Amino acid sequence: MDDVSGLLRPADQSALIDALTARGYTVLAPVRQGDALTVAPVTALDQVARGWTADQTAGTYRLRRRDDARRFATTPAALPWKRVLHPPEAHLWTARDTGNGFEMISKPEPPPKQALLGLLPCDLAAIARQDKVFDNGTFADPVYTGRRENALLIAATCAQAGDTCFCAAMETGPDVRSPCDIALTELDDDAGWLVEARSGKGAEILSGLPLAPVPDTAFTQRDAIAEATAAAQIRTLPADTPGLLHRHLDHPHWQAVADRCLSCGNCTNQCPTCFCSNTEDVTSLDGTIAERRRVWDSCFSLDFTYATGRPLRQSTESRYRQWITHKLSTWHDQFGESGCIGCGRCITWCPVGIDITEEAAALAALEDAAEAAHA
Amino acid sequence: MATSTRKRPKLAVWKFSSCDGCQLQLLDLEDHLLDIADAVDIAYFLEATRATARGPYDLSLVEGSITNRHDAERIQKVRRQSKVLVSIGACANSGGIQALKNFADHKDFIRAVYARPDYIDTLATSTGIADHVPVDFELRGCPVDRHQLLEVVSAFLAGRKPNIPRTAVCTECKRRGIACVTVASGTPCLGPVTQAGCGALCPGCGRGCYGCFGPKETPNMANLMAEFASLGRSETGIRDGLRLFNANAAPFREESLRHDD
Repeated sequence: MDDVSGLLRPADQSALIDALTARGYTVLAPVRQGDALTVAPVTALDQVARGWTADQTAGTYRLRRRDDARRFATTPAALPWKRVLHPPEAHLWTARDTGNGFEMISKPEPPPKQALLGLLPCDLAAIARQDKVFDNGTFADPVYTGRRENALLIAATCAQAGDTCFCAAMETGPDVRSPCDIALTELDDDAGWLVEARSGKGAEILSGLPLAPVPDTAFTQRDAIAEATAAAQIRTLPADTPGLLHRHLDHPHWQAVADRCLSCGNCTNQCPTCFCSNTEDVTSLDGTIAERRRVWDSCFSLDFTYATGRPLRQSTESRYRQWITHKLSTWHDQFGESGCIGCGRCITWCPVGIDITEEAAALAALEDAAEAAHA
Repeated sequence: MATSTRKRPKLAVWKFSSCDGCQLQLLDLEDHLLDIADAVDIAYFLEATRATARGPYDLSLVEGSITNRHDAERIQKVRRQSKVLVSIGACANSGGIQALKNFADHKDFIRAVYARPDYIDTLATSTGIADHVPVDFELRGCPVDRHQLLEVVSAFLAGRKPNIPRTAVCTECKRRGIACVTVASGTPCLGPVTQAGCGALCPGCGRGCYGCFGPKETPNMANLMAEFASLGRSETGIRDGLRLFNANAAPFREESLRHDD
């Protein structure tokens, strides 16, 4: 049943959104909001951005009209899809003081049923990374897993590389290679969407759509689009980045980064795999009701490491080093893969344009120079 | 009610040099006013009532800056009568917008403004409360956010630490799902060096942050101002942008002096 595929012609594409809506999904897709392409709920196809992309460089993002009608050649959306499955603020529980103890009075809301339409392969890979974070087989986070189980993932072959993209180097794209429900490719000349079921749920939805037969050239075209996007990417990471970072925990280069770093946390908030959060307890004025909630946190904030009376990572250099080392090195130790999926958002959305690939490369160059001096 | 039999903590609200806007935030908590009045004994709050009760006070909220000798003495008395003292708003925390006089000769202002300058007895500077007495907690903002104010009062009553983040405004922008105005449209924004608390009010309207909540923890002033310069803001514009509601907060003051010719 999983091998359902077909061509969804432009005139029939609304049927996909209708089918998702009919099954109770809130459909989320790239939309244009002000100066950026973000992700928002849509109820009709014409609300999905069409013919827009963005030029992304270190510290800048500029919307640009495309010369074609593609909807998903957006480059990574200005805000990651992370918030859909790992919301910035989540209510955990509410309790009431009974006089001799407390009772839980919160009724957990059922997780929303959401269809993510137009995920790029990098963002899809990020979800696969977060799946391991939030459910390691022993401990499962109910906020994330509830939303994840109810989610339907529709990913698109990436047809536009931004200057800050490096998914090819991280082996997460530009073709749809991580698990999803439906893989979609926008064929050239607005010929339609090549849709391929990648799960039973995806097949069930596709089998109800007015699909035309797949044109002979469609799969070749799909692969050519991905190859062209990969070829357009200019960034990569040095060889053995995990070992490189591990060898230089005390390198003076961290101070050079700290001189530029604002410790604002934009990189971590924009990163689709960063998952850290803080729990906050709030109480009512009369002290009878207590509530616990979870909010996004960042290893760039001073209070993130507050323990035994003071924050441990007081310097910005120690915070930057922690972030890049976890993302590119110790994540391998924890999860057997990189924490970076190559979307480049941390580079684009750093207000002062600090580039994770450049900093890793700078450290590699300094190491090479030091070795040459010793030789 | 469970609260009617227990002794309620005494709350005092004090005003120094200020516009009263932060005290008004307390009165603006309309949905919670009855709960507040039930939870605390409002012992001294002239903005709300003429009736006053003697100290000592369990919790003092102090609005306004110290700009004259009389207030410099009065804040000492307030501190002596207060078990916990919370300074509220930019004036109380760093001297407020009236601290602009710290960068000039205050006598020039007096001569320019008053018909009889000899009637005016004022200090050369406007300074925050912590420059005069120990402060237990600083609640930031111009004005303070009323929900944060309620959180501070609730936390005090429960004997817990208030949930008031010291992180950048950027964290609130990202939680709200606002694309960065600096990155997406080249707008200079003080968000990366300013403490959160406003809910990213200005970036939410497509404007750069004006720094109403003062410096965040460990702000990198020099490099953000270098970024402002590369976005086309003049040296004078950089200086004046830092000299608003928190002109005398140390990181803003020192950076503004670096851009003063």
